[in-house]
Amino acid sequence: MASVRANMAGVVARVLVQPGDTVTAGQEVVIIESMKMEIPVEAEVGGKVTAVVVAAGAFVNEGDPLLELADS
Amino acid sequence: MSVHDDARARAAEVRKGGAPRYHEQARSRGKLFCRERIALLCDPGSFVEDGLLANALAADLPADGVVTGLGRVGGRPVAVMANDSTVKAGSWGARTVEKILRIQETALRLRVPLVYLVDSAGARITDQVEMFPGRRHAGHIFFNQTRLSGLVPQVCVLLGPSAAGGAYIPAFCDIVIMVEGNASMYLGSPRMAEMVIGEKVSLEEMGGARMHCTVSGCGDLLAKDEREAIDLGRSYLSYLPGSCAELPPVAVAEARSPTPKRPVEGIVPENQNAPFDMNELLGALFDDVFPLKPLYAGEVITAFARLDGRPVGIVANQPRVKGGVLFVDSADKAARFVWLCDAFHLPLIFFADVPGFMIGTAVERAGIIRHGAKMIAAVSEASVPKVCVVVRKAYGAGLYAMSGPGFEPDCTLALPTASIAVMGPEAAVNAVYANKIAELPEGERAKFVAERRAEYAADIDLRRLASELVVDAVVPCDELREELVRRLALYAPREAPCGAKKHAVHPV
Repeated sequence: MASVRANMAGVVARVLVQPGDTVTAGQEVVIIESMKMEIPVEAEVGGKVTAVVVAAGAFVNEGDPLLELADS
Repeated sequence: MSVHDDARARAAEVRKGGAPRYHEQARSRGKLFCRERIALLCDPGSFVEDGLLANALAADLPADGVVTGLGRVGGRPVAVMANDSTVKAGSWGARTVEKILRIQETALRLRVPLVYLVDSAGARITDQVEMFPGRRHAGHIFFNQTRLSGLVPQVCVLLGPSAAGGAYIPAFCDIVIMVEGNASMYLGSPRMAEMVIGEKVSLEEMGGARMHCTVSGCGDLLAKDEREAIDLGRSYLSYLPGSCAELPPVAVAEARSPTPKRPVEGIVPENQNAPFDMNELLGALFDDVFPLKPLYAGEVITAFARLDGRPVGIVANQPRVKGGVLFVDSADKAARFVWLCDAFHLPLIFFADVPGFMIGTAVERAGIIRHGAKMIAAVSEASVPKVCVVVRKAYGAGLYAMSGPGFEPDCTLALPTASIAVMGPEAAVNAVYANKIAELPEGERAKFVAERRAEYAADIDLRRLASELVVDAVVPCDELREELVRRLALYAPREAPCGAKKHAVHPV
C-alpha cells in the first residue's frame, strides 16, 4: 500500500486515473491548480489504484493523500 | 637497521592505517582507504603530508586516525583532511583535533580551498577532556570553519558517518557531496534516539544520504559511489577561485557552444500557466551546467555554469516543479547559493518564471515572509555582476527575489514571452473587481471578466514595459546566448578583489 500525496496546497483540478487502473512510477495521476498554475502530481511508485480519495474541486494541503495504490 | 631505514619502515607501517580486518570491512561496503581517496582527489604525485607520526607512541592509532596535507586539484593548490575509518572508526582524539586545526590554519594562511573527506564516528569519549572542551579542542574546528567560510572554498565529501559533533563539519562547508548508502549525518544515532526519546528508526531513514539530499537540505549532491563523489568535488572546484582574493578561472580554451536538441524558441511555451522544463533552456544557453541541490526544493534551480568559458551562478525558477512557486525551502536554497557565488565573485544570472511566493496558512506558519526576506536580502547584498532574464511571468515578490529592476541588476532582459506584474491577470481582475463581479447578473460575468483581463494584459504589455524602461532589452530566445556572452564579458570585474572576504557562506 502506498499513497499518492499532494505536492502543493491547491484545488484538485482533474483526477487522471480511476480505481482499478494500473499506474507506473513517474506517471501524472492528478492535476492540482494552485497559484493559477497547473501542477501535475506524479505517482512516486507504480501500482494499482485502489481508491481515489479526493474529487475535483476539493482543497488539499501539501501532503494530503489523493490516491491509494496497492502493489500490482 | 640504520636510522634511515628505521624511519622509512615506521612511516610505511603508519601509512597502512588500521588492522587488516577493518580494511576488509570497508572494502565490503564499497569504501576506499583514505589514502586512496586522497590519490583520487589530488593530481598525481602532488600530495605532501603533515603529522604522519601523530600519536606514534600509541600502538593502534596510526596518524591518530586522520590524514592532513596539501596537494593540487586541476593544477591549483588545495588543503586536505581525510578521516581514516580503519583507525578506531575515524574517531577524534587530541592529536586528530590538533591536526584538523592545523590544516585549517594552513588553508587560512595560504588562502587555498579546504577539502574534508569525512568518515568518522565522532569524538573518542574516553579522551574527551583532552579534545572536547578547551581552546584548541573540537569546538575550535567549527570556529575555524566559520572564519574560513567565504574566504576559501570549503568542500565536504561525505563517505561514511558524521555523527554528533562531527556532523557539524559538513554543516559548515559550502557544499556536501554524499555517497548513497554509506554517508550519514545525525546528532543522535538511532540507538540513542530509541534510548532517549523512544523512537525506533533506521539510520538511512533518519540521517541517510538520500534523506539529506532530498528532504533536510544538508546534502547538496548524491553520488552513487566514492569515485563519483570525489570527481564531483574536483568538478565543483573547477568553477571557483582558490580564494576570495582571486577571480574565478576562465576556461576560454574549453569554451564550447551548446547544441540544443531543438530551436531555442520552441522551448518556452507562450501560455504562462503551462509547465516546461527550465533545464532544457539552460542546457541550450550554457557551455555546461553543474546543478547544486538538484534533488532538493526543485522548484528553484541553482547551478554553476560556464558561459563562453566564464564561470557564472544560475538561479532559475523551474515551472515543472510546483509551478516554479517559491517556498520556504526554495528561498533557503537560493539565498545560500547567492551568498556562495557572491563570496567567490561568480556573476549571477537569474531566470525568472515565477508566479510568486507561495501563499496560504501552511507557509505563513512556516515563516514564508522571513525566509523570502532572507532570499531578497541575499540578492540585494550581492555585489557581483547580476543579470535578470525574465523568461515568462515574474509576478509579485517573485520579481524582487529574482533580482528584478529594483535590485540593481546590471541589466534586465526580457524574452518576448515575458510578463511582469504584481499578479497574473486572473488574480488581478478578481482582486480589483470581486464586488463588482458579484453584483452583476450571472450571465454577464464571463464577458465582463474577459474584458477586464484583456485591459489588464494591455496595461502590462511587454512593449509598454520596455517603453517605460522597466526592461533594458527585449531579446529573442535564439539571440539570448550571444547577448549574455557579450554582456557578461563587459560586466566582469577586471581586477582581482582586495583580498578581504565579503561575508561567510551562511548556514541557513
